[in-house]
Amino acid sequence: MSFNPNIVGFACQWCTYAGADLAGNLRCKYPPTIKLIKVPCSGTVEAEFILEALRRGADGVLVGGCHFGDCHYKEGNYKAARRMKLLKKLIADEGFDSRRFRLEWISGAEGMKFAEVVTEFTNELIELGPSPLKKAVKP
Amino acid sequence: MMSFISKMFNETDGENTNSNISNPSPVDETERHTHTAPQHLEDVATSIEDKDIAQVKAEKKQTEKSEKLKFAFMLAGGCAGCEMALIDISEKLVDTLDHLEIVFWAPTAADVKYKDLEAYPDNFIDLAFVDGMVRNTENEHMVTVLRQKSKVLVAFGACATVGGVAAMGDLHTKDELFDYAYKQSWSTDNPDGVLPTSEYILDGKYNLTIPAFTDRCMTIAELVDVDFFIGGCPPHHDFIAATVNLVLSGEMPAKGTWLTSGKAVCDVCTRNPAITGEMRRPVGQVFRTVEGQPDPVKCLLQQGYICFGPMTQGDCGAACLKANMPCRGCGGPIPGIKDFGARCLTTIGSTLKDERTCDQLMEKYPQLAKFVYRYSYTSGMIDKRKSAESVPSRRNLP
Ligand code: SF4
Ligand code: SF4
Ligand code: SF4
Repeated sequence: MSFNPNIVGFACQWCTYAGADLAGNLRCKYPPTIKLIKVPCSGTVEAEFILEALRRGADGVLVGGCHFGDCHYKEGNYKAARRMKLLKKLIADEGFDSRRFRLEWISGAEGMKFAEVVTEFTNELIELGPSPLKKAVKP
Repeated sequence: MMSFISKMFNETDGENTNSNISNPSPVDETERHTHTAPQHLEDVATSIEDKDIAQVKAEKKQTEKSEKLKFAFMLAGGCAGCEMALIDISEKLVDTLDHLEIVFWAPTAADVKYKDLEAYPDNFIDLAFVDGMVRNTENEHMVTVLRQKSKVLVAFGACATVGGVAAMGDLHTKDELFDYAYKQSWSTDNPDGVLPTSEYILDGKYNLTIPAFTDRCMTIAELVDVDFFIGGCPPHHDFIAATVNLVLSGEMPAKGTWLTSGKAVCDVCTRNPAITGEMRRPVGQVFRTVEGQPDPVKCLLQQGYICFGPMTQGDCGAACLKANMPCRGCGGPIPGIKDFGARCLTTIGSTLKDERTCDQLMEKYPQLAKFVYRYSYTSGMIDKRKSAESVPSRRNLP
């Protein structure tokens, strides 16, 4: 029973992406489950991107942005927070486990937090098992 | 009259010699999507916009003998509203009838039977419209047959293109649906709790069958190859007339095209802040349509009445807005949208002022999926039921 979850991460270039970098510099240990996509701001992540990742077989999706008040574009992360809240509800309504989707605020100074979040999310996904959408996906 | 058909097929003759068309097995999704260039009617209609049908008719009469286009219209899992919308083009339809020979229009308008359709040779029909989604085994079978008998197949209306209202049923299990429809609804009188079964033996000897409910709804393009798409619940008669014009003129666009304006409802809405000069502000309070009286001139979304105008095709000319009601998305998604519901949330999420308004929206619309996918659930990207046994395909959104 060796299920290795496949996580797609959208990371804001100013905070979470820098945080991931720091995690590397600090030699933090975390499972190699996440594939990070650098985005200008968590506010650029459209709900469709997340559904697309899930539909194409990601077991989980992580969106990472700056803490409130720290957004490079002032309110991108506030917008992200509202969209993601609505999206979580939407996928739950559709009968899909909304725990597969996660939003975290991780600053550029929080390398440790990045590693912890990925570890925790990976464990949670191992418990949930592979995404039910997975077997439906054609290469 | 046959010029558009021959034109279409001349272009693709090379591909079609292996009888792609007569063998309507569902096309691989990637293949199906490659030819869906986001073209729209206004791009292609300009060249013929000044010609009216009478003129086209006269030209055609000169160049060709009175050969008529064989036309079919089939109601799959829809409500026949789309067919009424075609009839709504009134005089234009009467003019058109000189050029169309209706070989099948069941069960609504013509006295033909399924077996008549089944008996036609392959590719016998020049142009066929389907309205409604695929909801039962009868729809499944007949749409497949129609595809086989038709040179050009058009998915007509919201149900056929993106799923339509009935597709929201897929948010429930079959047991829930049957239980409500046959036992619990206020108009049901069924003391023994009998549920329909697809096979039944009457008096111990007559074997009766009725179509079986399929596991889930499908759009037409999920089942068979579709040549053109027309959105709307039902499509607006101006666009139907324009389509009929196109067909008769032989100026059909590339396969996979949506024969719609491609413009958003906001584009044609007189309340648009860009037109009224109103300042755009974050929305601080959400209202349902039953609460209060919205200002009849200002943008409804700005007033907190959630409106899907920004992501919906406005072939209707913003009809609902003229009646002081917000758009609910019946026109189908504007080009570039992969998932209508998700795009609604992206857009609306970022117009809301704060966390509190977001919570208010979720309270007022507790079934968020039914709210944002009212007309398009089947074409959404996530559907648990679909994922279990089949490939969630990207059904030809614009
Ligand atoms: S799109 Fe609307 S009008 Fe057309 S069949 Fe479906 S429900 Fe009826
Ligand atoms: S959001 Fe609605 S009311 Fe506002 S401009 Fe667009 S269509 Fe009109
Ligand atoms: S305003 Fe929206 S819901 Fe109303 S008819 Fe037009 S597209 Fe349909």
